[in-house]
Amino acid sequence: MSAGRRLDEPPASVLDAGSPNMASRSAQPTRLTWQLGRVMELVDETPRTKSIVLELPAWPGHRAGQHVDVRLTAPDGYQAQRSYSIASGPEDRELVLTVERLEDGEVSPYLVDELRPGDELELRGPVGGYFVWEGSNGGPLLLIAGGSGIVPFRSMLRHRFAAASAVAVRLLYSSRSLGDVIYRDELLRLAADAAVDVRFALTREWPEGWRGHRGRIDRQLLDDVAWPPPEQPLVFVCGPSAFVETAAGGLVQNGHEPGRIRTERFGPTGT
Amino acid sequence: MEALDGNAIAGALCEHYGTDMTTTVGRCAHCGTRAQIAELEVYSRAPGAVVRCRTCRNVVMVLVVIHGVTRVDSRGLELADD
Repeated sequence: MSAGRRLDEPPASVLDAGSPNMASRSAQPTRLTWQLGRVMELVDETPRTKSIVLELPAWPGHRAGQHVDVRLTAPDGYQAQRSYSIASGPEDRELVLTVERLEDGEVSPYLVDELRPGDELELRGPVGGYFVWEGSNGGPLLLIAGGSGIVPFRSMLRHRFAAASAVAVRLLYSSRSLGDVIYRDELLRLAADAAVDVRFALTREWPEGWRGHRGRIDRQLLDDVAWPPPEQPLVFVCGPSAFVETAAGGLVQNGHEPGRIRTERFGPTGT
Repeated sequence: MEALDGNAIAGALCEHYGTDMTTTVGRCAHCGTRAQIAELEVYSRAPGAVVRCRTCRNVVMVLVVIHGVTRVDSRGLELADD
């Protein structure tokens, strides 16, 4: 059959963890551990989303697009854990998570409604190396967000700005209404850069005179927004599962190379 | 129930393997499709997570947490070494 290495065999880097030469690589911890962050500030982004500004004494730094696992423990010991994308850029001083309240959620209602400045929050990270953009990855960069799928893109856009990257960016951001657009003012400020194009699509409510896209995203809209396939844009899609399937599937049908499209799905469940 | 993807188990896999696994390429033992872990289908409304191949939908990994420790059964997946 195959000479492939089985996945339950630890990779060599793990087996090396105790060797002396690991000291030179100490910036990247080999083991993921839970740590406590202190809530410094809570920012209302939309009626259903809040940004949590955290101070973490032992934060190792992150790359734009990564996320953290947050764990809540009830007085009886019951634990619930969810993943949240990091909203702050790698160059920002504090770590920021932006959380959307899911009505039937187990963790997000607590984070959005109950958490207060001064509280401690248990988390581990950063995790994930797939949905990551760094200036050296180049572009042009096409970002497609549905709802709170905008969160990792805020980190990427902040990183692009902090790194003075000239990579051209197009962001297509689908929300229910203008009031549900997270980071609206910041995104509009970023769009003042000629190399950054931000477009909002609204699915349910439109302000009077709205000239942007109305309704769910479709292949035509994707074609209008994306660079032509020969220009090989690097594409990131983040949103609810059905949104990601529509966007990524539509781009492939429009001729974009699947290997240049990275996807991240979120939903009401976690591990 | 909607499936998530392998990004959702990045933390659990990192806990188990000691390194990020989301960009690791695995080959489905059922149909041979190669995919990065982040691209696999993940169903997590269970005590743990069930990971399926996006092409043939067969189970390639199961993650469960026992006494606070993540256990991984990855018999349906092989690292696609070239």
